[in-house]
Amino acid sequence: METIIAERIKEVKKGNTQAFEDVVSFYQNKVYFICFRMVGNKQEAEDLAQEAFIRAFTNLESFDERRKFSTWLYRIATNLTIDRIRKKKPDYYIDAEIKGTEGLDMHDQLATDEALPEEQVENLELRGYIQTEITALPPKYRSVIVLRFLEELSLQEISEVLDMPVGTVKTRIHRGREILRKKLRHV
Amino acid sequence: MMNCEQDIIYLMHKYLDEALTDEEQRILSNHLQKCEGCQKRFHELKRTDTLIADKSGVTAPASFTDSVMSQLPEEKKRAPWLGWFRHHPLVSAAAVFMLLMISGIFSAWNQDQQVTVSKQEGVVIEDGTVVVPEDVTVEGDLVVRNGDLKIEGHIDGDVTLINGRFLDGDTTGTVPEGENLQAYVSGELNYVNQVFEWVWYHMKNFAGEVFSIQEKESPE
Repeated sequence: METIIAERIKEVKKGNTQAFEDVVSFYQNKVYFICFRMVGNKQEAEDLAQEAFIRAFTNLESFDERRKFSTWLYRIATNLTIDRIRKKKPDYYIDAEIKGTEGLDMHDQLATDEALPEEQVENLELRGYIQTEITALPPKYRSVIVLRFLEELSLQEISEVLDMPVGTVKTRIHRGREILRKKLRHV
Repeated sequence: MMNCEQDIIYLMHKYLDEALTDEEQRILSNHLQKCEGCQKRFHELKRTDTLIADKSGVTAPASFTDSVMSQLPEEKKRAPWLGWFRHHPLVSAAAVFMLLMISGIFSAWNQDQQVTVSKQEGVVIEDGTVVVPEDVTVEGDLVVRNGDLKIEGHIDGDVTLINGRFLDGDTTGTVPEGENLQAYVSGELNYVNQVFEWVWYHMKNFAGEVFSIQEKESPE
């Protein structure tokens, strides 16, 4: 599939706009997944995913064909989404790392094991609940967790998408997974 | 739970990252066999991964591709040569340099074609024609480049026309006789007349060409 996509991209670069259709339909669910997991809202996710493809199209010249297209595309999508989140959300999170500590956040300051009221859990549909908890993660953990579970992406590729060292990617996946473990253990 | 918790938890995550070595795998499973707390935690972590890996229901709407395609900007034709420039920076730089140089020469040439007059006071320039209005007296010599000259007022001095023609007040394109000029140029009439003749002579020979006259006329 990768080679078919590479062919299509060459055609688009030559001026055949229609060849982009295959690219979109092949990646639409993955890009949409990234956006949806990040923002947790269908309409917004669709807007962002469309915007990501349009940007990919208009900036296709700057895409280096020797590299993986998916990585490049996901990078556009995550950057767009992170920008959007930054613009609308306050910059304070309970999950944010406390300055001067590595991997220590406000959760560690709180009593950790407070159970969610059972009825509340029951009222929430499971998928919706998981989504809510992922969206509640600080963006820096959210992006690695989302990309990690997009499948087929190695830690190395995630580090390329997010432009950060592999070590940082690992640490953030571990932190994000721990936060989610605490939230999802009662489900 | 025990002291080694942090290390073991790290191994759990490493397991989930599919990055455990055989040795680490052995340490982890040995520990899990004797530590119930870690077993529980490991189970929770694995379950967390399973839960968040579930992608069912998260798919783009059916109209997604069409919608993107309809929003794409129209032309994409410039792309090939833009790409070429990107891959040949040195040639591109040379091309830009040449372009600037040629446009520089061209604009210098154009500037040379513009009408210039040695004295501006009271003189009117319109449509490539320099007009000395009726009530104006130009003191001293007048040099006109690349433009026609029409005298309605007076000139006290020499007139030199470069790449231009002298226009009569009413009839354009003809050079008046000395007598006609008397009405326009006071004082130094003969003198001026000579210059007109001289210019007309050159006009006939080099009509339409660019040339310059450095020479100053001296009185007969």
